[in-house]
Amino acid sequence: MLPNRHGRYGPFGGQFVPETLMPALLELEEAYRRISHDMEFRREVGWYLKYYVGRPTPLYFARHLTEALGGPQIYIKREDLAHTGAHKINNTLGQGLLARRMGKKRIIAETGAGQHGVATATVAALLGQECDIYMGTEDIRRQRLNVIRMRLLGARVIPVESGSCTLKDAMNEAIRDWVTNVRHTHYVLGSVGGPHPYPMIVRDFQAVIGREARAQLRRATGRLPQCLVACVGGGSNAMGLFHAFVQEDVRFVGVEAAGHGLKTGHHSATLVAGSQGVLHGAFSYLLQDPWGNIQEAHSLAPGLDYPGVGPEHSFFKDTGRAEYVAVTDTEALEGFKLLSRTEGILPALESAHAVAYLQTLAPQYGPEDIIIVNLSGRGDKDVDAVAQALEMSGEAH
Amino acid sequence: MKRIDATFRSLKKRGEKALIPFITAGDPNLQTTKALALEMAARGADLLELGIPFSDPLADGPTIQAASNRALQSGTHLQEVLQLAGELRQKTEIPLILMGYYNPILQYGLERTAQEAKSLGVDGFIIPDLPLEEAGPWRQAAMAAGLAPIFLAAPTSGAARIAKAGRHTRGFLYYVSVTGITGARQALPADLVAALKEVRSLVKCPLAVGFGISSPEQVQNLAPYVDGVVVGSAIVQRVAKLKGPELIKEVGDFVASLKAPLKGKGAVSGEQ
Repeated sequence: MLPNRHGRYGPFGGQFVPETLMPALLELEEAYRRISHDMEFRREVGWYLKYYVGRPTPLYFARHLTEALGGPQIYIKREDLAHTGAHKINNTLGQGLLARRMGKKRIIAETGAGQHGVATATVAALLGQECDIYMGTEDIRRQRLNVIRMRLLGARVIPVESGSCTLKDAMNEAIRDWVTNVRHTHYVLGSVGGPHPYPMIVRDFQAVIGREARAQLRRATGRLPQCLVACVGGGSNAMGLFHAFVQEDVRFVGVEAAGHGLKTGHHSATLVAGSQGVLHGAFSYLLQDPWGNIQEAHSLAPGLDYPGVGPEHSFFKDTGRAEYVAVTDTEALEGFKLLSRTEGILPALESAHAVAYLQTLAPQYGPEDIIIVNLSGRGDKDVDAVAQALEMSGEAH
Repeated sequence: MKRIDATFRSLKKRGEKALIPFITAGDPNLQTTKALALEMAARGADLLELGIPFSDPLADGPTIQAASNRALQSGTHLQEVLQLAGELRQKTEIPLILMGYYNPILQYGLERTAQEAKSLGVDGFIIPDLPLEEAGPWRQAAMAAGLAPIFLAAPTSGAARIAKAGRHTRGFLYYVSVTGITGARQALPADLVAALKEVRSLVKCPLAVGFGISSPEQVQNLAPYVDGVVVGSAIVQRVAKLKGPELIKEVGDFVASLKAPLKGKGAVSGEQ
């Protein structure tokens, strides 16, 4: 099973970090190896997932969406119903408990949409940990509601004003904090990116999504799905859904953000339109200029607004195990409206990218076929942004 | 690589320690960097460290982040920094060390970077986000070209990693004085001298200390325990504030004041 002992997925991954952090990564790897064989720790995580997070989340047969699309049966994995409203809590809960085992009393995190920040602040409140969240000022503006939530939960939100003032820059600042306070601080990285062992740890904590979905679909239909669809920013919800099906004959589709359109250069489609390089500790696909400087990403969905992607996704792309596509801001808004109107579910703008791509996928399948789409988060945080975008496009609602 | 070794040897013979000033190349433009580099070489610098600007310098504090941004705005990339090194080499024999993050070097090509750098007169590279675990391909390219791959050790490293870094590094070992990022600091860690004594006992190569060192007093306190001292942000702060002849003079005077406590008086340690 990947990664190998150097933290590589094929050529991707690794540990490109300052020397100061190397011992911390080795310590984390060792602590994780120990607890992953520890039945008591697994029971502890399982207990919190059930009674605190509210798992298992439903696998919902979306009858009306299925009818509207007129093709395959669409099942929705309802991560939006997990506590805090997104899949992010699966990982922050696991890492929070891991930090407690490691004796680290302070946790820090980066956040873009604010969902990972909220999920980290939530776990910190639950476990009595000190918590600082780094967030770009542009995202603070776009996701005011989540900023308030984090503060109410007792976390400090530290504004980041460098670069594009979004997720990439928040991650730089979180890493700088970790370099400085590594002895007593655990960095709760929010996606399947960053240096080894993070891509593995976050994947493993998110893999509950796919394990549940697989069992739930078998109970409901006795079958495997034909296709899985999820949005990809860093890629944690997609990897979480895909992982339980890696060995099966199931198609994986990851949907990136094409922003204003791939040709405009204002997008976040790292796998579709990027090239290979090193960012935030890992060798992976990324958006860069010819000189190797990182380019700013764009998406209406703040959680996808990131110029890198997890190394295992890069591996899936190059080996053909998964295919990666991109949909624009406008298409994502259509997906948002489609799910809201047909099923009465407001999706997060990130998840709306996956929903939007169903329009392309559906005609490729017959009525006996099954597609599972991961609804990684709820859309309440996005209603202002969506209303504004629809007004600008002349669709006042 | 030879220039670095020869410099540490001759300093040792004279009972001196090396002053290694750092500035970001292209901050605010390449002409200024060139003038500053030559002035520093004339006023007491023993080796020069030039930063290659990068969009996401995650081992650097606000001072060098800002310098990196100014340099990128002036259109400075790895290629321009290499050319600048070539121009400096026409005028001075001081060892030139480039410090840059891995991705720009990776994109330019490891072997291409190493070979062009060597032929233009660069002596070594420091890559702060390339730990020993990932350094294999770069180290091979650098050594093949005759460039020193200079590694770092940190307060968190522990004895085994420090010893390993000491075996793999060429030129000198760069000890990071603080658990943290670059940036001038009023006070250095209380246990720094003890840490330097331990590092000295673990490695045979020349030892330089950097990060946070900003005054002649700090340089004086550390001098007995190392072979060289790196000063970066404190100089870069001056580059940010001043310009023209005033900047050149101020940096020259500052470098001379940093070098003074590193001169003569015989070395307390220095056994190699």
